[in-house]
Amino acid sequence: MLTDVKKIIVAKALILGDQGVGKTSLVLRYLEHEINGTVAPTVGASFFPCSISIGDTLVKLQIWDTAGQERFKSMAPLFYRNSNAALLVFDLTRYESFLNVKEWIVELNRNIDEPIVAFIVGSKTDLFKERQVSKDEAVKYSNHIGAKYYECSALYNQRVEEVFHNVALEMIKLQGDLTLTKTMNVCDGVSVNNSIEVNTIDYGTVIITGSSKENIAHGIKVNNACCFN
Amino acid sequence: MATNIEIEPGAALESALVTTESYENFQEMSSSLEEIKNSNFIPSTTDEYLDNCNNLDNDIHLNCSITSTNSKDEEYLQDEEWLSKSKHVFVLSSAGKPIYSRYGNEDRFASYFGIMQALVSFVQADDDSIRSIHAGDTKFVFLFKEPLILVAVSKTEECTLQLTAQLNYVFNQIASTLTLSRLVKIYEQRRNYDLRRLLTGVDRFIDNLLDFSENEPAFTLSAVQCLPLTSSIRDAISAAIIQSCSKIKNVVFGILLAKNQLITLVRMKKYYIHPHDLHLIFNLVQASESFKTVESCWAPICLPRFDSSGFLYGHVSYLAEDCQACLILLTVEGDAFSSLSEAKQRIVERLRRGSCLEAINESLASREESCMEVGFPELRHYIYKSKSTAQFYQPHISAPYSINSRRLVNIYKQAHYKLHCPTRPLKLLFERTPQDAILAWDTRGFELYAVLEPLIETSSAISTVGRLLNWIKKREDKLFHLNAPTF
Repeated sequence: MLTDVKKIIVAKALILGDQGVGKTSLVLRYLEHEINGTVAPTVGASFFPCSISIGDTLVKLQIWDTAGQERFKSMAPLFYRNSNAALLVFDLTRYESFLNVKEWIVELNRNIDEPIVAFIVGSKTDLFKERQVSKDEAVKYSNHIGAKYYECSALYNQRVEEVFHNVALEMIKLQGDLTLTKTMNVCDGVSVNNSIEVNTIDYGTVIITGSSKENIAHGIKVNNACCFN
Repeated sequence: MATNIEIEPGAALESALVTTESYENFQEMSSSLEEIKNSNFIPSTTDEYLDNCNNLDNDIHLNCSITSTNSKDEEYLQDEEWLSKSKHVFVLSSAGKPIYSRYGNEDRFASYFGIMQALVSFVQADDDSIRSIHAGDTKFVFLFKEPLILVAVSKTEECTLQLTAQLNYVFNQIASTLTLSRLVKIYEQRRNYDLRRLLTGVDRFIDNLLDFSENEPAFTLSAVQCLPLTSSIRDAISAAIIQSCSKIKNVVFGILLAKNQLITLVRMKKYYIHPHDLHLIFNLVQASESFKTVESCWAPICLPRFDSSGFLYGHVSYLAEDCQACLILLTVEGDAFSSLSEAKQRIVERLRRGSCLEAINESLASREESCMEVGFPELRHYIYKSKSTAQFYQPHISAPYSINSRRLVNIYKQAHYKLHCPTRPLKLLFERTPQDAILAWDTRGFELYAVLEPLIETSSAISTVGRLLNWIKKREDKLFHLNAPTF
């Protein structure tokens, strides 16, 4: 089955957003293809490994589904380290959750040392009648910070697959663009091992600041921070 | 000494659990975290994280508005269903702000909370504290633990002490999610703080904890039940956990449990876990169905009896698709997830190789034998608690209690109260009602509660109990976790 895999990329994806926006539902829909009733609030953060193969590349995505409740907010920095992708989820029917995505972006900017690809995901398209965030506004904001924007429904399984597929695609691109990125593990050949490698070693890579102060997407880093202080 | 200890079934020289008196003071807390951290280097990120925890500046802007009107309050007063609940539990801040209600939306009867706060502070003004009010068959039990007030309004047969103990559990559950230090600090900074903002989702744990503490003898006894396993299997499981975690620094506890029963508990030398803390972990696992769908979870957990000032980090995961035992590895390091994940994989591999998973599954699938089946026809049910290990054993619940297990639970609760009543504790109790007879016996090493046929002679009750103790003694290796393995 894995005979034509030429390259394996291990990447860490972080899912952030307010409580109740549907972060866990999104992951469960993608991985299990079904959701049984309501999903209980996440405690701390949940770890889901998954593999997505695109062409001859196998992307091993380590998904960190964080709890949205405020008391866990202080725990988030534990996960920023070595993250390659961030999915910022908001509820299309709650404008406040969209505003908080902007706060998460600021928060991320402050905390990351490595380039990270940002995805903004508006959830619950099934509740289109109660929609409070317009597509225009969300797209505009996403473009502004250089993030990709998606809308999906975990309930009806609309465009959920697409989100994760694109995360995987971007990870391949990111790996190609930035060979400097040490936190992304790349192996050549077919040696697929089953061990979980969550934390690859952080060598304290510094990537020179890009143009826009707000842009954290597509491998452009914001702060000239150095690890190992 | 050694021979003395061997007398009681299920006794051991060393226990992984702290052994306690049932109605002890819950106040005492230890601060083990500092010790562990001081003995090892702490990475700077931990400090930063703690700073973040303490930073409450962000909390100022959003204040939940309480929309309560008198008409709404009255709605609840007239709501038959709400009034008919056998036990209400309320939590409020010392300033009278509602935090939790077991039934109904607490905002809808904010004025009740005002009354509760007034009662507590009125008595407190005289340097006294209110414990309970008894009105007919209803008990109002109060527990004031800075900065929270907890109130139970109960029509159950539980005594005041047992209700207070349950309120203490609720308090500990809240402390477990936030840490006691943070809780105190929040109210020091803002007396009027609406704590519900930080406790979203915790209701579920408190609800579950209350149901749990009403129905499980573990809570009344301050003990845990073990999953029956032959001692060689249990030792192999402990060894697998120890070996797999041997190179990882600062793992404090490794706990494996299934179906509310303990499989094994490995601890760091010098540190013990308190049964109350272990119950909070059981509750966490039981109330979080979501852990089952997840590969693993990384959660901050404060064990208030272990250290109420800080978090331990728990790597929580089920062993495998084909073995629904839950493994919790607790560490003081916030960034140890990956090494613990690897350790977990190694543990599962070792257990699989040693056929331990099958043994666990087999024990989970098999029903405990009832008293009748093992040759005690006059004995209906019993609970045996070994004091030195804080563990207990009970057989399968059979007729006539299989339909109404609540009745059995009540018999035990009342017998337990009579043995531990602070004013006049009993050593031995034999009580007969038209429905059943109970023999309860409190010795230095164990507590035994045996429910017997109501027509049994006292002499044969005593001889049955004697035979029962022998029977348990022969099986103690299987029914109890007698070793206290350490990392």
